[in-house]
Amino acid sequence: MYDFEFVRPTSLEAAIAALAEEDAQALGGGQTLIPSLKARLAMPSVLVSLAGIAEMTGVCRDDEGRVCIGGATTHAVVAREAAAHFPALAALAGQIGDPAVRTRGTIGGSLANNDPSACYPPAALGTGAEIITNRRSIGADDFFQGMFATALDEGEIITEVRFPVAEKAAYVKFAQPASRFALVGVFAARMPDGVRVAVTGASEDGVFRWTEAEEALSREWSPEALTGLAPGSDGMIGDLHASPEYRAHLVGVVTRRAVEAAG
Amino acid sequence: MAVVSMIVNGREVSAEVEGRTLLVEVLREGLGLTGTHVGCDTSQCGACIVHVDGAPVKACAMFALEAEGHTVTTIEGIAGADGALSPVQAAFKEHHGLQCGFCTPGMVMAAEALLKENPKPTEHEVREYLEGNICRCTGYHNIVKAILAASGQAVSAPV
Ligand SMILES: Cc1cc2nc3c(=O)[nH]c(=O)nc-3n(C[C@H](O)[C@H](O)[C@H](O)COP(=O)(O)OP(=O)(O)OC[C@H]3O[C@@H](n4cnc5c(N)ncnc54)[C@H](O)[C@@H]3O)c2cc1C
Ligand code: FES
Ligand code: FES
Repeated sequence: MYDFEFVRPTSLEAAIAALAEEDAQALGGGQTLIPSLKARLAMPSVLVSLAGIAEMTGVCRDDEGRVCIGGATTHAVVAREAAAHFPALAALAGQIGDPAVRTRGTIGGSLANNDPSACYPPAALGTGAEIITNRRSIGADDFFQGMFATALDEGEIITEVRFPVAEKAAYVKFAQPASRFALVGVFAARMPDGVRVAVTGASEDGVFRWTEAEEALSREWSPEALTGLAPGSDGMIGDLHASPEYRAHLVGVVTRRAVEAAG
Repeated sequence: MAVVSMIVNGREVSAEVEGRTLLVEVLREGLGLTGTHVGCDTSQCGACIVHVDGAPVKACAMFALEAEGHTVTTIEGIAGADGALSPVQAAFKEHHGLQCGFCTPGMVMAAEALLKENPKPTEHEVREYLEGNICRCTGYHNIVKAILAASGQAVSAPV
């Protein structure tokens, strides 16, 4: 790993100033960034830890009833503190990786990284969450822009994520047993303004909304409404763990399980 | 270089580190606490698990400077001051929860964290909690059994 200067600001303002330096990079929980630094895939001159910024951590409800999570909140805290507000979201956080990963990894890091197999992107897309940065607010439908690509600009950080609460929702993950990431994961939600189904792990374009399933479930919210439905295998990921055809098939199966789990 | 100060196994310590120095490096090389093992250095195996403020953390995936002002417990801090094994450690010994012992410090630290959170876990919960801990020797059965025994639940006698 190349060396860098490590700073731990205690206010958002100081963090943004530190990130304005050339080649400065934000450090959330480091669960993705530290392995990539070890592999010399990144070479920041300054790492700006977001862990000491109190205003960026914690779970609360806003006036509109949305669950608001600070950008530097760890998966373990979401699993505990969002349980009373939005059980499906808390359960998703509680299934990420393993307990040690959940102690450190953060929601902001997960969304900013937008790994095509990560768990938080389908929760954000599947609820139509709002992603708040130090500069603006970005709707989930505009935030995710393909594998490892997001709408974030240089030096822009996720300070908060606001999730509208679903009437019924569940996240079901078919875990890749070695990595614990999703081979295929589906967040299915009946929101007050319509059904949303977001799929992770499957597409070469990263997380996506499966609109055919949304239409079928809008007509009837039940696993049976999805009978025989699966997306095409074009554009699905094929790797040593699963072929595109298998992933496409799993999307159908996992979506049905998610609707069943949501009740 | 910078200085990191933290509480390790109840003792205030300081060490000179670089930005890139990992917590596990300062524990093993700076403080000589070699009970924390490095099995993979890629966040997979859990041999390096320590507690930071009581919660399990992979010490190979945290910078030393991130621990500034925090409380760290390593496997060396688990037994009593008189060397008496903790219930988890004693159960690993009793139920053959280890063979080569390489994964054991991480397994014990994970188990200690689990039982603090959930004093009477089911077998399924134990196995789920150990998802980030890899053992090449035991096949896990006796590790799970040891943890259940340490939680005071009945398990079959060691063979
Ligand atoms: C063994 C293992 C298993 C895992 N399993 C899963 C899993 O099942 N599901 C899953 O979803 N993930 C999984 N992960 C990934 C984990 O959830 C990471 O914590 C997460 O992807 C990145 O979050 P972080 O806080 O660690 O970010 P970091 O590693 O610190 O940063 C990742 C990237 O995001 C940037 N960044 C960090 N915080 C912010 C912010 N607030 N705003 C803008 N940019 C920011 C960083 O600059 C960096 O580019 C796993 C990781 C490991 C090591
Ligand atoms: S050495 Fe840290 S997880 Fe393997
Ligand atoms: S006892 Fe050898 S790796 Fe677990």
